[in-house]
Amino acid sequence: MTGILVALVVVLVFAIVFLAARATELLGVLKGEGETTDSSNLTNSIILVSFLVLGLIAALWSYLAYEDTYLLGGSASAHGVIIDQMFIWTSIICLIVFVVTQVLLFWFVFKYRSRQGHKAYFFSHDNKLEIVWTVIPAIVLTVLVAYGIDTWYKITGTAPKEARVVEVTAQQFNWLVRYPGQDGKLGDREFQLTSGDNTLGIDWKDAKSHDDFMPSEIHMEVGKPILFKLGAKDVLHSFYLPHFRVKMDCVPGIPTQFWFNPTITTDSMRILKNNAKFDYELACAELCGSSHWNMRFKVVVDSHEQYQKWLAEQQPIYKPEGSEDAPADSTKTGPAAPTEASTHTSEVRH
Amino acid sequence: MAHTTVTTHEEISHGHGVHHDHAHDHGHHEQNFIEKYIFSQDHKIIAKQFLILGMAWAIIGGLFSLFFRLQLAWPNETFPFLETLLGRWAEGGKLQANYYYALVTMHGTILVFFVLTAGLSGTFSNFLIPLQVGARDMASPFMNMLSFWFFVLSSIVMTISLFVQTGPASGGWTAYPPLNALPQAAPGSGIGMDLWLASIGLFIISVALGGLNYVTTVINMRTKGMTFFRMPLTIWAFFFTAIIGLLSFPVLLAAAILMLFDRNIGTSFFMSDIYIGGEQLAYSGGSPILFQHLFWFLGHPEVYIIILPAMGLVSEVLAVNSRKPIFGYKAMVFSILGITILSFIVWAHHMFVTGLNPFVGSIFVLFTLLIAVPSAIKVFNWITTIWRGDLKLTNGMLFALGFVSLFISGGLTGIYLGNSSLDIPLHDTYFVVAHFHIVMGLAAFFGMFAGIYHWYPKMFGTFLNKTLGNIHFFITLIGSYMIFWPMHYMGLAGVPRRYFQFDVFNQFNHFDNLNKFITVFAIIVFAAQIVFVFNFFYSMFFGRKVTSENPWEATTLEWTTPINPGHGNWPGEIPEVHRWPYDYSKNGHNFISQTVPVTADELEFDKAHH
Repeated sequence: MTGILVALVVVLVFAIVFLAARATELLGVLKGEGETTDSSNLTNSIILVSFLVLGLIAALWSYLAYEDTYLLGGSASAHGVIIDQMFIWTSIICLIVFVVTQVLLFWFVFKYRSRQGHKAYFFSHDNKLEIVWTVIPAIVLTVLVAYGIDTWYKITGTAPKEARVVEVTAQQFNWLVRYPGQDGKLGDREFQLTSGDNTLGIDWKDAKSHDDFMPSEIHMEVGKPILFKLGAKDVLHSFYLPHFRVKMDCVPGIPTQFWFNPTITTDSMRILKNNAKFDYELACAELCGSSHWNMRFKVVVDSHEQYQKWLAEQQPIYKPEGSEDAPADSTKTGPAAPTEASTHTSEVRH
Repeated sequence: MAHTTVTTHEEISHGHGVHHDHAHDHGHHEQNFIEKYIFSQDHKIIAKQFLILGMAWAIIGGLFSLFFRLQLAWPNETFPFLETLLGRWAEGGKLQANYYYALVTMHGTILVFFVLTAGLSGTFSNFLIPLQVGARDMASPFMNMLSFWFFVLSSIVMTISLFVQTGPASGGWTAYPPLNALPQAAPGSGIGMDLWLASIGLFIISVALGGLNYVTTVINMRTKGMTFFRMPLTIWAFFFTAIIGLLSFPVLLAAAILMLFDRNIGTSFFMSDIYIGGEQLAYSGGSPILFQHLFWFLGHPEVYIIILPAMGLVSEVLAVNSRKPIFGYKAMVFSILGITILSFIVWAHHMFVTGLNPFVGSIFVLFTLLIAVPSAIKVFNWITTIWRGDLKLTNGMLFALGFVSLFISGGLTGIYLGNSSLDIPLHDTYFVVAHFHIVMGLAAFFGMFAGIYHWYPKMFGTFLNKTLGNIHFFITLIGSYMIFWPMHYMGLAGVPRRYFQFDVFNQFNHFDNLNKFITVFAIIVFAAQIVFVFNFFYSMFFGRKVTSENPWEATTLEWTTPINPGHGNWPGEIPEVHRWPYDYSKNGHNFISQTVPVTADELEFDKAHH
């Protein structure tokens, strides 16, 4: 019933608008007016200028209203800080250009609207002017390019030797995370070994694999560089850590990687954000199927002591011959139903 | 019909128009309805066909976006009418995740290819190239007709894909493998994807046939005196658009064919080492990244295929309604050329976080930001064009001004995304959604509307209702900003795009109210487009009649044809051109048509102004 009423109201509004518009048109024909008149030009230009003024005010107001979400309240990684600085410089430049050009555009509409006795000025080109506004953007952009590439090389440079290595393999619709054990080295993998029991295709003959462990959370130690070796089993995924300014695609068959240095522990961030429940989260940023939106994985940045304590608690995944207790997660393949997936993430039991 | 348009003067005489009302009776044998309106070879009819089919797709594509916007705004509500409209896609009135992604994918595909490529370039290249260069029709009217009918075939195949059991393609309009290559990965990657690829293949044939015609016509069929540098900027824009299309679309065709091979005959161009659905697949040695290179080799030039025609239309509409020459005509031409060349060497900026070699990434940063220079020149030149003009704020002019505003807003965010370091946090977030919808989607739509309102009198011999036009414009301008401006905030808070819902993540779930706000404005803006569609069809039959050949007092050749030009455009000889198309407010004249020879006192004037 309400549906019909809403439809009726909409139709009625359309009809009234149409009749008014039609009447205006007929009146215009009777008066012998053209497609624009002095008064229509004035009205339209006033609406446009009001739009500019109210729009700029609304932009400022909404920016302030969402200020606390802006860049997630700051970066939690070392390279993220330089990205954020670059963001601010880019914003300053763009904001100046934005305000100047929009104000000129809308102001000119009002100032030079057609009206009785007003004439246009023939002005077809001016080489000096055009050179000026070719050279200035070129210089500004050169600066931004140089700044950007310099930052880019700082971020994408080789990882420091002491960086801890963690392997993350994405699949529909969860993350398989593998840490090296005491030896600091990950065991070899072989695609042909991948199966329901051996989800990563780990070569158990390689002794380096015997102390590898697969936790249900990613833990990092604050201030220690960490290198993520990324991959995917089925389709493209993207390893996305918003607070750390990290994003890198996970590609089946092609290894990718990203290293960075986390600077704020989860505990400190909880105090900073005044939110006792705060956690860093890993998300997927490349469309990977129907539960793409549901690939949450908890990420924790520990102090040195917390990290050592956590490490000590981890059990290797390797089960010597005869053990039937395969990792529970390994049977979970293929598209997960949303309800199942919303309990989310791989829970590796040992 | 003795009137010869060659002698048309700068000040049109309003009475003459009525003589031309029967112009279409002349010169050709009686055509039946099918020859004249269905399998027509008249470029003007073909243009209208492209426009109307494009509008139909725009309504469907727009409606799809409303459906998924409802999900984003009210993820926990059910909407029984959705089940009525979409059936099992929205069982119990709740959109299913798979079909949410199908709607997103179809929205993108339809809007990018069918509306903003076929509907925009197809319409205006067809309509304006022969009329503005002074040709009776395209170089090959038959191929031109085929171009439209391949678009129809492509549309039919895409429509069929909406109704297949497993649903249409649902892996995004970019069709990245392996998601889109493997039926195991998503239901939409089954037969729906084969149909998607077939449809795009047919569409590329349509673009190629059209493009060959546009390029050939511009090069070979200009009237006497119409040198390249006397062509209106619209023609320059269509010309370069066609060249970009001819050079880049075939690469997508290659990618689509290779993808069909991978899907159906077991080749491994784009896949390797895949374990899915509990089994190892045999694909070995291929690269999913290779597909992205091929896709974006089209995909990036594609955004210029969309925006260049809009730029051309806007340049023309701004000049006519400012009663001033376009400022810096040659700079405008060379900036189009610059954009055309650069558009081919920026594609990998879509791939900064795919594991691309950082050095390669830095090269693409350089070229990508370089493209901002010609874009900036264009913006400054448009603003200078309206400076000290005598602005007639017609509906077309309003949309042209809106275009400039949106192009600035959306263009500036490109400077963030093109810089690879900033792209790391912003890539695939709502910041990107805001950026490309404003700079490519909205701006192109505004350019298209500017063109439709401005050339409607030439297309149909009537005006669109201007009050409805004003309503359409202001709601669309304000509403569009209301939809896409807030998305920047979501992107800056890291919210990823292509998420079915956000409640799983504590870091993404703060924007419930903003999402509702956006959806409400999306519905309002869509309603305003219905007003436009109504106006479009109503005015065709009952609109205010055009009573003079040249209602906007413009200089270009299309306004020297009769009010309702027949096939062949000019009843008499094709007019000869003596000057560039932007002599407005020159030397005391309101405007001087391109067909008027240059006089001695004008030469004096030119000297004084250099």
